[in-house]
Amino acid sequence: MKIHLTSIFVDDQAKAEHFYTEVLGFVKKHDVPVGEKDRWLTVVSPDEPDGTELLLEPVGHPAARTYRDTLVEDGIPLAQFAVDDVRAEYRRLHGLGVRFTQEPLETGPVTTAVFDDTCGNLIQIATKPR
Amino acid sequence: MLAYCVVVADDLFKALADPTRRTILDELTEKSGQTLFEICSRLSMKHRLGISRQAVSQHLAVLEAAGLVETRREGRYKFHDLNAAPLRQIVERWLVPDTSGPQESAP
Repeated sequence: MKIHLTSIFVDDQAKAEHFYTEVLGFVKKHDVPVGEKDRWLTVVSPDEPDGTELLLEPVGHPAARTYRDTLVEDGIPLAQFAVDDVRAEYRRLHGLGVRFTQEPLETGPVTTAVFDDTCGNLIQIATKPR
Repeated sequence: MLAYCVVVADDLFKALADPTRRTILDELTEKSGQTLFEICSRLSMKHRLGISRQAVSQHLAVLEAAGLVETRREGRYKFHDLNAAPLRQIVERWLVPDTSGPQESAP
């Protein structure tokens, strides 16, 4: 069994496409119309074009909104992405106007930071444990 | 007034009596304005404390009741700030002020 796709609910798919590609630097993999206004929209890491896809799924269900709002209030991220250097990535994203709810924090071998993806979620970036 | 002070002092000393709560205050001293998630991360990853998020929430409620921690909403997030002002009560209760130097009056 392999994890080939994971999903995250987003408020607005167009906004999510912009943030996840232009700001975070992921690459669009699939973009297929579904129904009247929704899309099957996935992105991948440019380092792993055949790696795990992230589905940017429209948040339709009201329960999803409550769930996300409650987690966001407590600063809890809904996904984690690996980066080589959290501090460098923090500086880069901060410079682009990204809002961090947790600045880089060193905890033993791992450094983490948490930011707002502008689509309703908090995302954690972390160094890969070596 | 005296009764009020005693109640406040009880909350304050109770809040300070717990080592986990003192660690939370240490971490908020290092950096004010933390989400519940960050406080939990610091306790579990930095201090290796096996403590649930619910338990941390309860500790924060005790610290907030004592006035040592204040919460602030900013947009969709909630941040916790340190407020060391109540500690002044401890100083003023027992420490005799140094009359030789200039005195600062408490608010």
